[in-house]
Amino acid sequence: MGYGYTIGGEHYVFADLKTLLAKASPLRSGDQLAGLAASSDAQRIAARHALASLPLETFLNTALVPYEDDDVTRLIIDTHDKAAFAPLSSMTVGDFRNWLLSDAATTEALARVAPGITPEMAAAVSKIMRNQDLMSVARKITVITRFRNTIGLPGHLSTRLQPNHPTDDLKGIAASTLDGLLYGSGDAVIGINPATDSVANGFALLDMLDHARQHYNIPTQTCVLTHVTNTIEIMNKGGAVDLVFQSIAGTQKANEGFGVTLSVLQEAYDAALSLKRGTTGQNVMYFETGQGAALSAGAHHGIDQQTVETRAYAVARAYNPLLVNTVVGFIGPEYLYDGKQIVRAGLEDHFCAKLMGVPMGCDACYTNHAEADQDDMDNLMVLLAAAGITFLIGVPGADDIMLNYQSLSFHDLLALRNLMNLKPAPEFAAWLEQMGLYDTATERMLDVPAAQSQLRLMVG
Amino acid sequence: MSDEIIPHAQHADLWHSLRHLTRARIGLARTGTALKTHDVLDFQAAHAQARDAVHTPLDVAALQATVAPEECLVVHSQAPDRPTYLRRPDLGRRLDEGCAAQLTKGDWDVVFVAADGLSSFATQQNAVPLYKAMKDRLTGWRIAPLVIATQGRVALGDDIAVALGAKMVVMMIGERPGLSVADSLGVYLTYNPYTGCPDSARNCLSNIHPNGLSISGAATKLTWFLNEARTLKLTGVGLKDAAPEEGVLSDSSTPLLQKDHDI
Repeated sequence: MGYGYTIGGEHYVFADLKTLLAKASPLRSGDQLAGLAASSDAQRIAARHALASLPLETFLNTALVPYEDDDVTRLIIDTHDKAAFAPLSSMTVGDFRNWLLSDAATTEALARVAPGITPEMAAAVSKIMRNQDLMSVARKITVITRFRNTIGLPGHLSTRLQPNHPTDDLKGIAASTLDGLLYGSGDAVIGINPATDSVANGFALLDMLDHARQHYNIPTQTCVLTHVTNTIEIMNKGGAVDLVFQSIAGTQKANEGFGVTLSVLQEAYDAALSLKRGTTGQNVMYFETGQGAALSAGAHHGIDQQTVETRAYAVARAYNPLLVNTVVGFIGPEYLYDGKQIVRAGLEDHFCAKLMGVPMGCDACYTNHAEADQDDMDNLMVLLAAAGITFLIGVPGADDIMLNYQSLSFHDLLALRNLMNLKPAPEFAAWLEQMGLYDTATERMLDVPAAQSQLRLMVG
Repeated sequence: MSDEIIPHAQHADLWHSLRHLTRARIGLARTGTALKTHDVLDFQAAHAQARDAVHTPLDVAALQATVAPEECLVVHSQAPDRPTYLRRPDLGRRLDEGCAAQLTKGDWDVVFVAADGLSSFATQQNAVPLYKAMKDRLTGWRIAPLVIATQGRVALGDDIAVALGAKMVVMMIGERPGLSVADSLGVYLTYNPYTGCPDSARNCLSNIHPNGLSISGAATKLTWFLNEARTLKLTGVGLKDAAPEEGVLSDSSTPLLQKDHDI
């Protein structure tokens, strides 16, 4: 079955659904690398026209990766909520965009339909939406999650404090953690990417973070972003696991490249729930995703990188995560070449995940071989904040000295909260106030010298 | 936790005493919520150096001069320029056909390749000293002439080794620069390389630069790997398991999302 549309006297034909989606996708280097991108601007817009007239139901009848070959496809089809989908069932992709932007699509209405929206529906509609559309709709969606605080409330912006160190030095990590806390960062999670991905190392890092959290009674959660199988072993040994982390992708084969299966994720989810460490709620999972992950593993099945990325959100959604974030600029210029492509992808990932009911955050970042700089990150963080992003990641001075890339600084996140009138999670703001770091009247962080702060002995 | 006020002179001292624990940009002051001018420009200077390391062409003539009177072979990948190289890693992994035709098949134990990768600075400064240190250590080895390669990725060495008839290839290549280190060299050793060889069949030494792994330290480790590889007739995971210390192999067969390097 093919699809077609005529622009300027030229008739463009698209052989199948995944070709149509790929050709409709905004230009990005990853689709060019995969040989999937539209060959001209006119072909791209013809594909968007054809896509706009496609019934949403098509996506329930046409699997992009065969059902029998791929457990992510099976998860999407088997858990699809037909009742939630009912109000959308007669819409085309174009109608869907119009409805999403209309006043009829209220926060409550969007929450009701979320379980009926498949990743491919979200991806399809995003391709015919401009950046402002992606922001306007995402901002109407509220996804609230809880572990030791409340994340995702309207008017709030949480942050992950990422205190990485090239040799996992405990005091070096503690020094960066202190830096972030003094800037009001860390209410989403204090999360370390370990330099050494081992059980013993993960155990030691978690122990250090948990001691600091308990000593200062910080209403947040900690995490070492080690492989899920390591975290299971750490839990078995009695380690201080708040959240289970894993990188995930949108196909079974790509997940196998990460060394994970849905059953391993389920095992970890059950184990973390059984620990009952959460106080305000029991969202115990943390996932990272990113456009290009499936292609880099040779596991994209000819699907464009934005569509296959959204399938990872179906995986995330199955385990009621506290946090999910796209690592948007991290994967390199062969997937997202420059600031324009990174910004667009960040807005797409946030919108599609939120539409599916996933608590999406973002590591607004870039590598030194991408055509991007801190000005692009300033733009992206403001746009994401306007779109109601759940959380952003911060590192000291925007420079991650372990992973050798640039994210946002603690200063940037503070500036963003002020610029957009956004507050930390309420429990965390109350704690900051107790520590003498936050003025609840002005809702601003105070500039307290480290040596005068109550946290000054944190590093020991 | 006491709440007594600490005199102002000691404020700076807390960060001063913490800074030796980490190279992270901790304790940067704020003006309003923004970084101070000096810190903003300091960051931009580091980023500029990193970008220059990516975009400055390798000075091939200068490299040849440091090896003279020994002759070098000069080749390039199928990526014609830097923008294409950055977008199309697949082209950076393949040898230009014209270059391949100019290489003569020999009977070599090993070929050393100096490739620009993502930091020409790293290759310019560190590759020839490492090559010379290895020649001193590998007595009795049949070592092919040094190959200088531009717009190269790690796997380009496979095509070069095949064209030259070398049993092993040592790819010396500029690593993706960070803000703190823009001139770090990585070395990838592959036994019996072939086009399409998986990264799991390689062993890697990384972080070779003046403030990281020294040339002599890298040469000592690499000599151990080369001798073991010749004995075991393999590189990769099998050789890593026999290595005397941890952390010398990069597990680059996993998808890139897992926040590791790719060059």
